[in-house]
Amino acid sequence: MGKLIKDKFLFWLYTFFVLLILGFAIFAPWLAPYDPYDAVMRQSLQAPSDGHLFGTDKLGRDCLSRIIYGARTSLMMTLSLVAVITVVGTFIGVLAGYMGGKIDTVLMRIVDMMLAFPGIVLAIAIAGMLGGNIVNAILALAAVSWTKYARLGRSLTLKLRQRDFIAAAVTSGSRPLHILWRHILPNILPTIVVTAAMDIGTMIMELAGLSFLGFGAQPPTPEWGLMLNEGRQHIQTAPWLMLYPGAAILIVVTIFNLWGDSLRDIMDPQRVN
Amino acid sequence: MKGKELVHRLIQMLITLFGVSLLTFSLMYLSPGDPVEMLLEVADTIVSEETIAETRAQLGLDKPFHVQYFRWLAGVLQGDMGMSYSAKMPVADRLWQSLPGTMVLAASATVTMLLISVPCGILSAVYRNRPLDYLIRGISFLGVSMPSFWVGLILLYVLGLKLRLFPIAGGEVSFDRMILPTLTLSIAMAAKYTRQVRTAVLEELGQEYITGARIRGFPMHKILWRHVLPNACLPLITLLGLQIGWLLGGVAVIEMVFSWPGLGKMAVHAIEMRDYPLVQGFVLWIAVLYMGINLLVDISYTYLDPRLKKGGC
Repeated sequence: MGKLIKDKFLFWLYTFFVLLILGFAIFAPWLAPYDPYDAVMRQSLQAPSDGHLFGTDKLGRDCLSRIIYGARTSLMMTLSLVAVITVVGTFIGVLAGYMGGKIDTVLMRIVDMMLAFPGIVLAIAIAGMLGGNIVNAILALAAVSWTKYARLGRSLTLKLRQRDFIAAAVTSGSRPLHILWRHILPNILPTIVVTAAMDIGTMIMELAGLSFLGFGAQPPTPEWGLMLNEGRQHIQTAPWLMLYPGAAILIVVTIFNLWGDSLRDIMDPQRVN
Repeated sequence: MKGKELVHRLIQMLITLFGVSLLTFSLMYLSPGDPVEMLLEVADTIVSEETIAETRAQLGLDKPFHVQYFRWLAGVLQGDMGMSYSAKMPVADRLWQSLPGTMVLAASATVTMLLISVPCGILSAVYRNRPLDYLIRGISFLGVSMPSFWVGLILLYVLGLKLRLFPIAGGEVSFDRMILPTLTLSIAMAAKYTRQVRTAVLEELGQEYITGARIRGFPMHKILWRHVLPNACLPLITLLGLQIGWLLGGVAVIEMVFSWPGLGKMAVHAIEMRDYPLVQGFVLWIAVLYMGINLLVDISYTYLDPRLKKGGC
């Protein structure tokens, strides 16, 4: 009993931090001391000071403001990516699991094919080939990440299909779509949501990685991976340019990972560490 | 693994390769950039419409999609992966040039990763829920949340620039230039693998025969060496295969950070230059490497797991 109370406390604590990050992203215009796009050439590459807490970049833009706005870019990209792969992957998996037969075989062959290949390599190739921008980076990672949810959705659906209440629904003449929507989906949703929550941290990092390579967000967008790439050229003279955006990624990813783990712990209390 | 299974696996690998190559080929066909313009821009001359059309015809880029694809596929089956636009040499040669850099780096990173994570994972499991366990778990949790390219930049700054322990500029394959990228890659991999080692060892330690051995008074180190580790080994080898999949992608980013002359750096440049044949060759190459490694992992099972050797299952 004590463990559940502790888990719940931790979950709400991490939820508070997650909300704090979301707050930074949403209220960026009010929180950022400067305009993140405002280039003041006379103040380029200034070390952190009272005027610019995190210093300025090559174009004299305020780093702190760009990091705060960067939360917006990163979270918007990540949440859309996770939403896309969760919805598409689960839909395909549930469909394959429920329908069975040929549809199942074909869909699962495709999933197997994608899993037999290092996804990030393909994502780099896709994002680069489509042309570096935010939407293409999301598409590229979505194309290689939906398979996990398809697998999960399928195996959960297969387990549910054996249950009596599904048989009852079938015998009482419910249409397949109704069964999927009213009986299958609500039952598999918790597991899917927990998996998605635990994926957010990884996705933030992979999106930042694509931006770092130049295949994601493009200048002058404030984005952490891109800022690291820009800062790399000034590593000798302006180390703060690569220190703070990386620290921002580290903090945000850590919080989302902790939050995802704690969500799993309260959803599944029997599970031992 | 028996002969029949092996054939089945190889056929499956071929289908996957076919699918992956079809996917990348269609992406390149649909992608907005024009390789012909990039190619002629390199020459740094003003080009006429005719030259562009001529070059396009020369490269076969004016043909419809399926003609282009099957022509390329037929070439690959005969061992010809086409000409790289940007490097002006056969794709296969360009890949051979970059392969050693990546292989050396990947191998040294894997070894370093094992040297870090196996002892840490075992210690963490043996001293479960004690300060040492919390320390190792805390560090590995942080490691999982750190982007590898940032770790690379920090190491470069602290060890390379401030302490001047290692040369910072890459460009060639040599031992002292390899230390920082190896360290970066192995830190990222070790963070994940330490947790997996811990889980595998804990699972084995929870078995009843271990309790039996401890009751009979066997010392812990003997139990670990004789019983726990050999048994925990099998799942860990599978996970190692998966880690190498991550490594093949992660190495691309790290090679960019350290200007390491390997496949990853080559691929990023090829993508930027719209060098389609080279990108296509790279993707295919990585696919073969990854699936080959995982096949080896599965074959090694047959020798490591005596239950399979007897052909019982």
